[in-house]
Amino acid sequence: MIEITMPKLGESVTEGTIENWLVKVGDHVNEYDAVCEVNTAKVTAEVPSVYDGVIREILINEGETVEVGTPIYKIEPDNAAVKEEVDEETDDSEINDVPSENKESDKASSDNNSSKRLSPVVMRMLSEHGLDANSIEGSGFEGRITKKDVEKFIASDNQQQTVNKTDSAPKETPHISTQETGVTAGEKIKVKGVRKEIAKRMVQSKTEIPHAWLMMEVDATNLVNLRNKHKAKFKETEGVNLTYFSYFVKIVSEVLKDFPLLNSSWDGDTITVHKDINLSIAVADEDQLFVPVIKNADDRSLKGIAKSINELATKARTKKLTGEDMAGGTFTVNNTGAFGSVQSMGIINQPQVAILQVESILKKPVFIDDMLAARHMVNLCLSIDHRVLDGLMAGNFLQTVKQRIENIDPDHSSVY
Amino acid sequence: MAKLSYLDAIKDALFTAMEQDDDVFVLGEDVGKKGGVFKVTEGLQEKFGEMRVLDTPLAESNIAGTAIGAAMVGKKPVAEIQFAEYILPAVNQILNEAAKIRYRSDNDWNAPLVIRAPFGGGIHGALYHSQSIESIFVSTPGLKVVVPSNPADAKGLLMAAIKDNDPVLYFEHKKAYRLLKGEVPEGEYIVPIGQANTVRSGDDITVITYGLCVNYAVQAAEQLSKDGYEAEILDLRTLYPLDKESIIKAASKTGKVLLVTEDNLEGSVMSEVSAIIGENCLYDLDAPITRLAGPDVPSMPYAPPMEDFFMMNPEKIYNKMLTLSEY
Repeated sequence: MIEITMPKLGESVTEGTIENWLVKVGDHVNEYDAVCEVNTAKVTAEVPSVYDGVIREILINEGETVEVGTPIYKIEPDNAAVKEEVDEETDDSEINDVPSENKESDKASSDNNSSKRLSPVVMRMLSEHGLDANSIEGSGFEGRITKKDVEKFIASDNQQQTVNKTDSAPKETPHISTQETGVTAGEKIKVKGVRKEIAKRMVQSKTEIPHAWLMMEVDATNLVNLRNKHKAKFKETEGVNLTYFSYFVKIVSEVLKDFPLLNSSWDGDTITVHKDINLSIAVADEDQLFVPVIKNADDRSLKGIAKSINELATKARTKKLTGEDMAGGTFTVNNTGAFGSVQSMGIINQPQVAILQVESILKKPVFIDDMLAARHMVNLCLSIDHRVLDGLMAGNFLQTVKQRIENIDPDHSSVY
Repeated sequence: MAKLSYLDAIKDALFTAMEQDDDVFVLGEDVGKKGGVFKVTEGLQEKFGEMRVLDTPLAESNIAGTAIGAAMVGKKPVAEIQFAEYILPAVNQILNEAAKIRYRSDNDWNAPLVIRAPFGGGIHGALYHSQSIESIFVSTPGLKVVVPSNPADAKGLLMAAIKDNDPVLYFEHKKAYRLLKGEVPEGEYIVPIGQANTVRSGDDITVITYGLCVNYAVQAAEQLSKDGYEAEILDLRTLYPLDKESIIKAASKTGKVLLVTEDNLEGSVMSEVSAIIGENCLYDLDAPITRLAGPDVPSMPYAPPMEDFFMMNPEKIYNKMLTLSEY
C-alpha cells in the first residue's frame, strides 16, 4: 500500500484544502484518473492518480486543509512491479540489521491503524460528546482507545471546559444569533473552498492595509467614439469583443510605467517595485471570485489584451483557471462598471498596493467652455495602500490615466 | 447463622423443606439407607422414614417418571440423579413430560418436582462422573435450571426449587460439596429463581459465570486487583430462564465481558448469554465478548494433567481477565 501526499500545486503553495473526494474507499482508479479536487489560494485543481490501483484509505476529510506533503490517501497499486518493490523493501529490512527508522515507521503506521479501530462503545461516546478520536490517547492493546480512556478524557475535558467557559463568557455576549433576533433562518450555506479563501484574504487585506480612496470623473466620449468606430470590424476580424475594459487595461499598463510605486508590493520592511506589469483582473462567477492575471500587459497590444481578457474570463467561467493563471499579479483593474456600478471602494488584493475600479460609462450633461454638452462620463475609483502610497502620487497617476483617455483621437488612434 | 459446607447446606435445605411440608419426599439411587453416594441425604431416612426417602432401582427414566406422576397428583418430589450424566435416560421424561404438562393440559396439570444432580469435574471422576450437562436443558421452556455457587445459595435455591410449582433441575457441583464453606441462614431461606447475583463489583471488566467457577473467578479477580484492574462478577444462579436484565446491566457497565463455564465451549449456556449481550449491548461494548470454557473434546480425561487441562481453575480465568483488561 502506498501513501499519496498532498501535491505542491504551485510555486509558493504550502498547503491545500481537499474540496471534494471524487473516489470512495474501495474504488479502483486508473493512472491519471482524478482522485480529488484540491483548492489552494483561489485555484481548484484535480489531483490525478499516480497508479492503477484500489483506494484503500482516505485520510483527510473534505474541507480540511493540510500542508503539502501530508498523506491524504492510501492506494493499493495493482501493478506487480510496484508491489515487488515494496515487498523487496520489507524483505531486505528483515534480512539486514533492521534499520531503526523502518521499524519506527512500521510501528507508527500500525499504531495509527489500531487507533482508527474503535469499539462500539467508544464510537458512541465520541459521537455523543462530539470528540475526535485523534485527540485521545489510547491505553489499550496496541494503543487502542478504551472506554475508560474516553471516560477519563471527558472528565478532564469537562474541567477544561468550565475554565474556558468563564474565560470566553464575556466574549460571547456580543454574538447575536439569527434566532435571538427573531429572523427566520433560511438555507444554511457551508463556507468552504474558494469562498473560505476569499473570506480569509478579504479580512486580511481589509484589516491589515490602511486603505485610502480617490475618485476621478473622466470624459470618455472620445473612447466611446473610437470603440464604436472599430468594434464591428474588430469582432469580425479578431473574433473577440473590443471592450472598453480592454482600453482601460491597456492605458493603465502604460501609465504604470511612469508610476512604478503603484506597481509594487509591501513586505513589512521592504517595498518591492516590480519590473513586470502583470495586471490582475477580477472575474466573478456566481458565488466565486477569481483574479486571473494578464502577464506583461505593457508588452501587449490592445488586441492582445482584449484576447487575454476574453481567454481568462472564459477559463474562469468554465473553472479551468490554473494556479499559474492567477499567480504573479502586481496591480488590479476591476471592471465594476460591467454590472452598472458608478462608484465603489475596492479592497486591495494583497500583496499589491493598489486597485483601480472602472465604473459604468454614463451619458451626462457637462459644461465645456461654459456650454452644456452631452458627454460620456466614467468614474475611476482608486484604492491605495497608504503605507506605500500617498494621495499626491495616486492623484497624479489617476490624472495621467484621465488625460490619456480624454486625449484619445477617435479619428487617428489605432486599435492595434 | 451456621457455617456450613455446600453439601451440608443442601442437606439442610432438604431437612427444612421436609419438616415444613409433609408432601415433600426424596427418591433416588442409594439416597435412603446409604444416605447417597456423597452423603447428601445422610440421616434423612432415619428421620423421615422409608415412605419419604425412597431407594429406587438403577433406572433414571423411572425415577423421573415416578417423580412427575407424584408431582402431578400434589406431591413435592425431590428426585436425585446420582451423577448428572446419568440423567440422559430420563431426558424424555423431563423434556417431553415434565416440562410440557402445564402447557399441554392448558393449565389443568402441573408437575412441581425437583431433580437434583451432582455435576462437574475436578474430582478425578473421568468420563461418567465429571460432565456438565446443563446445556441440554437450558433451551426448554417449561423447565427451570438452577446452579448454586455457594452454600447459602445452595440452600436458598433448593428451597425455592421445592416450593416452585413447576419442574426445576438443580445442578450441584460435586467439587464444591466440601470445598466451599460459608454462612447459611437457618430455617426457611429462599433465593428467588431467575435472579442473577452480583458477587463482586468492579469497573474494568465483567465476568459472568455460575457454579464452582464463581469461586474461581472471585479468586482470579483478587489476583487481578493487584494489577490495578477491578472485575465485576455476575453469578447467573439460574441458567434457565436467564436473568437478561442483570446480564445486560453487568455487560454494559464495563463493555468488556468474559463468560466463564466449565462446560464445553460450543453451545454452552454462555453462547446464549453472549447472544443476549450481542443483541442488547452493541453500543456499550468495548471489546469482543470473550468466552472461556472447557475444550471441545468429548469428556473430562482421567489423567491428572489432562484433567487440569480440561478443568477450569483460577489461573486460567485470571489470564483471560488480564488479557481482556488490557485490551
